[in-house]
Order: sequence, then structure tokens, then C-alpha cells
Amino acid sequence: MTHDSPAIEARGLVKAYGEVRALDGVDLTVRRGQVFGFLGPNGAGKTTTIRILATLARADGGTARVLGFDVATQRTAIRARVAVTGQFASLDDDLTGYENLVVLGRLRGLSRAASRRRADELLAAFDLAGAAGRPVGGYSGGMRRRLDIGAGLIVTPDLLFLDEPTTGMDPRSQSQVWDLVRRIAAAGTTVLLTTQHLEEADRLAGQIAVIDQGRIVAEGTSAELKARVGSGTLHVRLVDGEQRSPARAVLAGALDGRVHLGADARTLSVLLAAPTDPVDTGRLVGHAMTRLSDARVAVAEIALGQPSLHEAFLALTGHPAGPAAADPEDAHP
Amino acid sequence: MSTPTVTTSYAGPDGHHGDGLLAPGGSPRRPGALAASATFGWRAMLKIKHDPKQLTDVIAIPVLFTVLFTYIFGGTVGGTPGHYLTTLLPGTLVMGITACTMYGGARLAQDMTTGVFDRFRSLAVWRGALVLGGLLSDAGRYLLAAAIVVSLGVVIGYRPGGGAPGVIAAMALVIAFGLSLSWLWAATALLVRNPATVMSLGLVVTIPPTFASNIFVEPRTMPGWLQAFVRVNPISHVAEAARDLMNNTGGAGGPVIWSLVATAAITVVFAPLTLHLYGKQE
Repeated sequence: MTHDSPAIEARGLVKAYGEVRALDGVDLTVRRGQVFGFLGPNGAGKTTTIRILATLARADGGTARVLGFDVATQRTAIRARVAVTGQFASLDDDLTGYENLVVLGRLRGLSRAASRRRADELLAAFDLAGAAGRPVGGYSGGMRRRLDIGAGLIVTPDLLFLDEPTTGMDPRSQSQVWDLVRRIAAAGTTVLLTTQHLEEADRLAGQIAVIDQGRIVAEGTSAELKARVGSGTLHVRLVDGEQRSPARAVLAGALDGRVHLGADARTLSVLLAAPTDPVDTGRLVGHAMTRLSDARVAVAEIALGQPSLHEAFLALTGHPAGPAAADPEDAHP
Repeated sequence: MSTPTVTTSYAGPDGHHGDGLLAPGGSPRRPGALAASATFGWRAMLKIKHDPKQLTDVIAIPVLFTVLFTYIFGGTVGGTPGHYLTTLLPGTLVMGITACTMYGGARLAQDMTTGVFDRFRSLAVWRGALVLGGLLSDAGRYLLAAAIVVSLGVVIGYRPGGGAPGVIAAMALVIAFGLSLSWLWAATALLVRNPATVMSLGLVVTIPPTFASNIFVEPRTMPGWLQAFVRVNPISHVAEAARDLMNNTGGAGGPVIWSLVATAAITVVFAPLTLHLYGKQE
């Protein structure tokens, strides 16, 4: 059978929307049973890739096999084994949460009784039992997203696509979803998760691919990517914006890293190269602060954090991860 | 809000979950084409239950048409209300149903503007199920519209010579014709993807042949080219067939056969086209 094949195997996927090349030769291999993080800014091609792999769109070029089945010719076999949870909740607003799940249960092939039972189970598991009888149009964003993910689990899929499942969520709902993803994966379902946040991919995914302007620009484990990106970022806010250029010169000399100027005229950040011993990070930062004082630059605030996606992109691609000029994912009907 | 279950009951990595998050066992069998269509039909009914305003079209249009056209055009047809209703009411039935047919297409186009359309397309169900399910609910809506026209007609003085069997046969014929037009509007919706465009195209396409028919006036008074159009216009045939059946004036004669041919022809063209267009959606 097809159980030895990878969950996803894509070669040279190309997709164009008019002038915009949304995908420009995407190669992707996702092993079964893992959470795979698909990281990239808005318009990078994440949603387009998912739509092709979930058989919702056809590629203009390249090939892809999902769970061993060809996306071009074996769509029904893929659809029976895959669930997609969109970036925008795909539910019937005028139906209740319960009715949405029962309708989808019937369409997944469950009997009437089984789909009712499954709807009740999922509503309870997602803390939505109290809202089961209310039309989904009146749900909060977090409730909709939970119901949407629940709708993907009516029948346990072999492969679950989660397209930016936590975008726009408050931290509490976000950690609920993270917990869910871990549990779904622990039960054996392969999860492909797209995100704009390095932290999310870092927390959940064993393997991460970074996509930018329709191409995979980096791939590896979280640790491998971080080694390429650097150990962290030093954010500095100055008392006086006039001092930013001397500060920039001092930091560039003291720390072996790229200095990035923030949007606020008083801020700048430095991507720190990964030291052999993590203990050295503090020493490096302390040294840099001393040098700033010596240069009579007044510091208002410093923070040491994980590199942001923006900074990671700068490190991985050599250019900032601005939103693409045209955004084919948002423009898509 | 109460403590969320999802964070309090963490299942171990052994894959055993007693809290209902993941379904045990393998995948059920893929639902058949008819079962999936029936589910989509049921979904459409649920939508009507939650938003009964959706029935405004199938109630208001038949009532308006029956009352307005009876009293506006009734006089030119001549005689007592009972007399001209004999000619006019079966035509009003055809006109009322025809005017309701584009709403189903508009609803399909509306579905296409939301994420739910992608979700349905991501399922392993027959690709015609969503449209056929919509047609099942349309059949119910057309039946309601037809019942309103006939009941209202009886209230204002119409007496069908064909009795209940004639009326039922005429209603069935007109509903079948309406459903063939439903395929046309479903195909239109899949092409234009915009509910408002489906509605305006629907009006532009249905109004001329409705009036350029034998529903209101005898084609004898029309110019020759228009008479030629009226003769081939399927709406004329369906109206004539409805008259024959309801008034028991011609039985299941030529007009009935031509109506069935027209209904079948429209369906044979637009049902496969709809399935083809649905399969091509991205």
C-alpha cells in the first residue's frame, strides 16, 4: 500500500495568478507522523501550496503526491484522508455549531446517529457545548476557530492542514490551539501548519520550511534554522534618536552581527551570531553596553529576544520579509 | 467562560483519548452521491429554518403576480374573473415559478464567496452533490410557490376543469421546468461567482421570454417575427400545457410533450455543464 510513502512529496510546484508567480518551484517533503512548520510572511505562497496539496487548486507545473496519491489524478483518495482548516473559518454562519458539525459528519460518511454523537463529543472537547445551539455567525473569533478545527477532526484525518490557526488569537486561545496540535500529532496524524511566527513553528514543529516569494529558502529543524539565523536579537531603544548612528557604529563593532534600524527613529536591533557556548551571550551583550556608555550614548531600554520573523528572513534571505507587492493569497477569490 | 476542557485534560502520547477530541477507528465509507445530495438539501432547509426571509421570493412573487396580472390584464382577456382566470392563471403559475428560479443560483454564488465552499470541495463527495442538494430544496420552494398561485386563484374565482389530477400534473410539469432552469442558474453562478450578477442576469434573461409568450395575450396581435419567437419560446409551450392540464382542454397533448422536450433539453445541456464548471473551480 501507500503507507511507506511520505505524507507530502512535492517537486517543482508552480502556480501563477495572472502576472504573479505565487509558487515558483516549491519542493517539499514531509514525513508521516510529524508536525511540519511552514513559515513565511503574508503572500509568500503558504496558502497556495496548501490549496494545491489539498486538491482545492491545480498546479501549473510540478508534481505532488499526498499520502502516496497524486494530487492531479487521485483527488478523491486524498480528500477522503485529509482535512483542511482555513485561515478564514469555513463554516455556515446561519447554522448552529451543532448543525455545522452534523452536516459535515454526514458528508464524511457517518450515519445520522454517529454524526450527532460526534458533534456532541467535539463540542464538549472544544469547550463549545454551551454555544452548540447558537448560530455560528454570533461566535467570537476564537470560538469560530475552535469549531473550524473541530470540523477537521470529525473523522480523524491522516494529514491535517492548519493554515495559520492562531492568527488574530489572544494568547490564551493560542496556547489552547498549540496544545491541540500536539495532541493531534501525538495520536499519529501528520500536521502541516503554516505560520508567520517563528516562535509558533519553534514550539510545535519538528521540521520547518521557510518560504519566501514562492520559493523554499531554508529547511531544517528548529535548531538548525536558529543556528543559521543566530542565537537571538538584541533590541536597543535610545533616549535620543540623534544618537542612533553612533550607536549603530558601536554595536556593529562590538557584536559580530547585522544591525537593523527600527521604524522608530530611536530603536535599533542586532542579530547576534550564535556563540559556541550560550553562556557567552550575556558577556557579549554586557560588553556592547559598556562600549555604548563609553561612547556617551544614552540607552533607555534593552531587550534580548528570539529573532523575529523579520530578522530571521533578513538572515536567511538577505532581504526583509515585507509583504509581497501583490498578495495572491488575499486576492484569491 | 468555564475552564476549557482542551487544556485541562491532556492525553498522553500513547494515542488513547477518552475525551472525544479524536474519533476512534478508521474512516467511514465515502457517502454516495444521493446521500451527499440529500445532506446538502437538508443543509438548505436548515438555512431556511434559521432565516425564513429566504422564502420571501417564493411567497411574494406568486402572490403579486397572481393578484396584479389578474386585475391588470384580466379586462383585456375579457369576461368575468372566473372566465379570464381560466386562461391567465396557468400562465401566472409558469411565470411565478420562472421568476423564482434564479434565487437558487444566487445562493450558490453566495456560498462560493465564503470559506464554506472550499470546505465542501475538500470533501470526498460527488461533485454535483452541492448543486443537486440545492435543487432538492428548490423543488420544495417551487412547490410552495405553485401551491400559493393555485390556492389564491381558487380564492379569487378560478375553477380548474381538470380537477385535482389536472392541477397536480400541471404543477409537476411547471416545477420540472423550473428545475431545468435551476441548472442554468447554477452554471451561471459557477461562471460569474457573484450573487448580484446571477440575479440581474436572471431577470434580463427571463423577463423578455415571459412576456413574449402566450401567457397574457394571443400571439395573433403581435408582429410576424414576434409570433415566430412566441411559437418556439418554451415558456409558451409550458403555459399552454399547464392550461390544457388544469382546464382539461387538451389533455397530455402536443404542448405537454413539447414542454417535456424543452425541460429535458435545458437539463441535458446545463446539468453536465454545471458539473464540468464545478470540477474546474479553484
